[in-house]
Amino acid sequence: MSENVGIVIVSHSADVARGTALMVEQMVGREVPLGWCGGDPGGGLGTSVEAIMAAIERAWSERGVAILVDLGGAETNSEMAIEMLPEERRARVVVCNAPVVEGAVMAATEAASGASLEAVRQTAEELTPV
Amino acid sequence: MNKHKASVLMRHEVGLHARPSVKLTKLAKAFESRIDLGLSPDGPWVDAKSIVKVMATRAPKDSTIYFRAEGADAKAALEALVTLVDGDFQDGR
Repeated sequence: MSENVGIVIVSHSADVARGTALMVEQMVGREVPLGWCGGDPGGGLGTSVEAIMAAIERAWSERGVAILVDLGGAETNSEMAIEMLPEERRARVVVCNAPVVEGAVMAATEAASGASLEAVRQTAEELTPV
Repeated sequence: MNKHKASVLMRHEVGLHARPSVKLTKLAKAFESRIDLGLSPDGPWVDAKSIVKVMATRAPKDSTIYFRAEGADAKAALEALVTLVDGDFQDGR
């Protein structure tokens, strides 16, 4: 079990999600549990609640999981995936209000130091103009 | 309290961009001391442990990076950070 907060990347595009995950791995390292998903099963654009839940499972950490999303459905489906988690996990998963690529790298950098879920979220959201 | 200052010329090709910023921030976070980074000896200062703020400095190649640190491991922290910057962030990427 990792002592670091996990990061999940949810994009409508599998390529964007995979590419973002690669950036996190190469720029920050592998000490942060990472999950990603994107696209629909037919190879088109889309997001799915099941795939997001599986990504959360891969990135799971007892310290919590921060999700970075791209547009519209990625956010609503992520929120739905959180609602479907076992109750004891629900409060430890958050969706960050941040751009997906930049937010994922920033959040992972923060998470790599052992920061709390709230600190990870705040770092990602620092990027968002107020 | 232990206060220290240091400065180092950054020769990294692209300056303090994404990868160097991540490395610097991760290293800074490994120390307990408060560590600030500036582009002039009098600041303004930003928290060297904040990836967002470090990246936002957009320090170009040939900038001199100034550090100030306060805390029990301040001296060791600045030595490590100067070594990182002076060593071109280890891999030059």
